[in-house]
Order: sequence, then structure tokens, then C-alpha cells
Amino acid sequence: MAYKIIASQCTVCGAYEFECPNKAIAMKGEIYIIKADKCTQCEGFFDIPQCAAVCPVDGTCVPA
Amino acid sequence: MNQQVIPFQARSGKAGKAGKGCSGCGPSEDPPPSDMPRAVWDKIQDHPCYSEEAHHYFARIHVAVAPACNIQCNYCNRKYDCANESRPGVVSERLTPEEALHKVIAVANAVPQLSVVGIAGPGDGLYDFRRIFATFRLIAQALPDLKLCLSTNGLTVSDHIDDILDLNIDHVTITINALDAEIAERLYAWVFFCTRRWTGREAARILLDRQMEGLERLTEAGVLVKVNSVLVPSINDRHLPEVNAAVKRRGAFLHNVMPLISNPAHGTRFGLTGQRGPTPMELKAVQDTLAGGARLMRHCRQCRADAVGLLGEDRGQEFTREHLPSAADALPPDPVARAAYRVLVEEERQIRRKASAGADQACHSLTAATPLLVAVCTKGGGRINQHFGHAREFQVFEADGQGVRFIGHRRADHYCQGGWGKDENLDPIITALAGIAVVLAAKVGEGPRAALARAGIRVLETHALEYIEPSVAAVFAAERNTFRVSA
Repeated sequence: MAYKIIASQCTVCGAYEFECPNKAIAMKGEIYIIKADKCTQCEGFFDIPQCAAVCPVDGTCVPA
Repeated sequence: MNQQVIPFQARSGKAGKAGKGCSGCGPSEDPPPSDMPRAVWDKIQDHPCYSEEAHHYFARIHVAVAPACNIQCNYCNRKYDCANESRPGVVSERLTPEEALHKVIAVANAVPQLSVVGIAGPGDGLYDFRRIFATFRLIAQALPDLKLCLSTNGLTVSDHIDDILDLNIDHVTITINALDAEIAERLYAWVFFCTRRWTGREAARILLDRQMEGLERLTEAGVLVKVNSVLVPSINDRHLPEVNAAVKRRGAFLHNVMPLISNPAHGTRFGLTGQRGPTPMELKAVQDTLAGGARLMRHCRQCRADAVGLLGEDRGQEFTREHLPSAADALPPDPVARAAYRVLVEEERQIRRKASAGADQACHSLTAATPLLVAVCTKGGGRINQHFGHAREFQVFEADGQGVRFIGHRRADHYCQGGWGKDENLDPIITALAGIAVVLAAKVGEGPRAALARAGIRVLETHALEYIEPSVAAVFAAERNTFRVSA
């Protein structure tokens, strides 16, 4: 299982880029995407996915 | 050097006629003010945000390299962006450290008033610290004469004291809106700290504790700290005197109480719930209760995280990515014009102080007179040198038996009202000028003059191009003497 970013809601603040323990989030063109093969939903690192916890727009970083 | 960017260059013989005047306010007395150590004065005298006097002469640039934030304030929504909107947290373009350097060099070469480079968001100025310090490092190497300045919510500031000192970041602003968690929990939706999102009172406690720790550690290390507080009516308005006393005790150099900017169109929580901001007179009332505590900043313009220019003017649109030279065409940094400008400012400051000397005494003969609020149209240089119709803001001065003091500004925002010069469009201006008796402008059209007169506000051109404080003192004396004669 992985998370994804709802691009239409994303402010492109980039906080998740450096909070992600798996380095699974990167810029692609004008938007950020989560690489599904790298995302572990933070299992083994944290109780909750960091991208969702830090995101300023609720419902933008969600299970894919 | 471009003549246009030197607002006060000798342009008429009128300045000398300013005659008797009085000194400015805050940190603007003949250097250094009696309650300020020389070392502090040296740090602030060219910083437009830390010195009221300096803001007439010097410009800043905010580079928007910090889009991410680790807290959510109820007055902030970074998604909303309008190029004409001036408020923190708003920015049109986000920059990498290299792009930021490129932009600062271009601006520094074109704007000799530039003295400060700040990072103020649009998120938190310390959250993405790697990128933020990388930016400061590049700028410090290329343009060592510019001061570095940082604005943060304070959550992580105590983790970065060493970097702040290493980079010689002399000025740090922390936004502290409350001391009590019961109040702060109404201002913040959440705080991201130690890998989790905290809400409610817990979040507030974490943030407040970290802010106080950060403030103490910065001031102990000798960094000048300004504290910003957003005034939110019915939430923290009565609490701000306590905040003022607490931050003063911990060594804050300046306290800046700013009005909440609230509008449903901004999409902020406060905007959507109908929480209103204070009126200008409510803001002044709170600021007046703080006099005697930490030194107050009253000239804040709540500028954008990508603002460029003197406070109160935003030239950011002239320096967007598309207007910057390509990497191949970019000129190297050239400090010569800035150095020449600073010499000119020193001379001008001496002349202004001389012209202003003595007007406090002129006011002293009127100790029994009611205070007078005067709004001024100025492009900088401490002179009345702007057309009423071009003013995007008015600087407000209060005259009473003690003398003349700068007390704040009122926004005109005419660019958002689709037109100018028609009576119906003047209503917002008249509302913004509540409590003001006289407006001093370089020039004013007949229509606006008549409309303001009907609202009881007189617009005068008689002090065009003269220094502000002596002119305000003269208007005060004339006004109050007339009152006496006619009474």
C-alpha cells in the first residue's frame, strides 16, 4: 500500500519531501508525486504517514 | 544611478523652509537613542523593519524559498495568492536557493536602497532549514554588505542557534500571539512536532514553550529579536500587554502588534468563520496600552513573503522570474551604487535632523491642546512628496503637547477598487482615514479634496516636499491656535 497526492489540492509547499523517511516524494514537472514502490505509509518508521500529518490541506495526501 | 529610485534627492529649495520641527519617533533620534547601546544602533540603523527612521530610506527583499510550514495558524492560507495582496504567507513564485541568489543580485543592482535580505516564508522561515541556510550562505558570499533577516513561528528556532550565529543573521522575528495555551489554542489548528500532528491545547503548549525557549536563547546569544503579535479582537486583544511584558523580560528588542487580516475570500479559518480584524483605532488603542513595555514597532506593513522595495511600496512584480536577466546576461553583484546611496542617506539624515530640531518645543506650548492625527502621503525620504491619488497608504502621525510621533499607517488599496478620482470610490479611503483630521499631500485633485472635506477631513498641499514631522507640528500649532481664537 502506498499514499498518493491529490494534485489539484496541493499547495506544492514541499514539506512532505523532506519529512518522508523513504525519500518517496519528488517533483515531477510542476507537481509532487509519491513513488508507490518506495512508499511504506511510514510503517516501521512512524505511527502515522508523515506526508498526511504535515500537509496543510486536509485530504490531499491519502491512501492510493 | 537611477534618479527615480532616490526619493529624496534635492529637487527643490523648499526643504530648508521646513523650519522648526521635532524629531521623529522610536529608534530615530540622533544616534544612538539614549536607551539603546551603540552596538544595537549600528545593527538597526539601516534596517527598515527595525528602525522607523530607516524605513524612509532603506529597502528590503524577501526571498520566497520557504514554502513549507510546521504549524497551521487560523489566519493563514498559503494557497491564496493575489499579486496585489500584501500580507504575510502570500507569494507568487517559489524560488530555489540559486534562483533566490540570482534575484537578489538583480534587485541589489537595480535598487541601491537595498539593505536587507529576509526569508519570511511563505511558510516558516526555519522549517526547511537546509534550503534556507543554503540560500543565506550563497547571498552572504556574493553580497556581504546586505543584512540577513529571518522570520519564524519559533517552533524550531532553539535547534538552530548555532547556524543563525554562524551565518551572522542579526535579526530574527518570532511571531508570538499568546502566552496562555487556552488563548493560543484558538489561534492555531495544529502543530507538527516530533513526527506527529498535535492539536488543541497540547499543540498550543508545545508551540508556546518552544517560542519562549527560542526567544531566550537568541537574545542570550546577542541576536536582535523582534516579536510579532497578530491582534485578534476578542481572542488576544486584552492578553497582549502580558505578551509584551513577557517578551520584553526575555530580551525582545521590538514588539510589533499587527492587525488580523481577515476576509472570507482568503480561505483562512478566521476568514471563513467571520472572525473580524481590528479597526485602525482599535489597533492604536492596544498599541497605546503597550507604551512603556518592549519598544513598539508601528511602521510594519505586513508585507508579502516575496516583497521588494521600501516598506509600503512593493516592487515585487518588477522582479518576477520573467523579468530577471537570463543566467548568461546576469551582471555580477555591484556594491558601488549601494555604497554611494548610503553616503547620501547619511548626509540627508543629518540635514533632516537639523531641519527637524526644535519643533517638539513648538508643540510644548500647546500642552493642553487635544492631540491631532495627521495622515501623510510620502514616497520616502521623510518628506511629503506624493500625490494624494497615487498613495497606496497613508503614514499617520500624532501631534500633541509632547511633540510629533509616527503612530502607524492606513492602507488605501486603491488598486483593488477599479478606478480613482470619483467620489463613490473614495468611501473606502474615508473609512480608512477614520479619526484623521488633516491629510498632507504633495498634490490633490479637486474631487477628492471636496469629498474628504464633506467627511470632515482637510487635505492640504501647503507643505508639499517638506519634511514630515516639522510640517505636522506646524499644522498642529496652526490648527489648535485657530481653535483658541475662534473659541
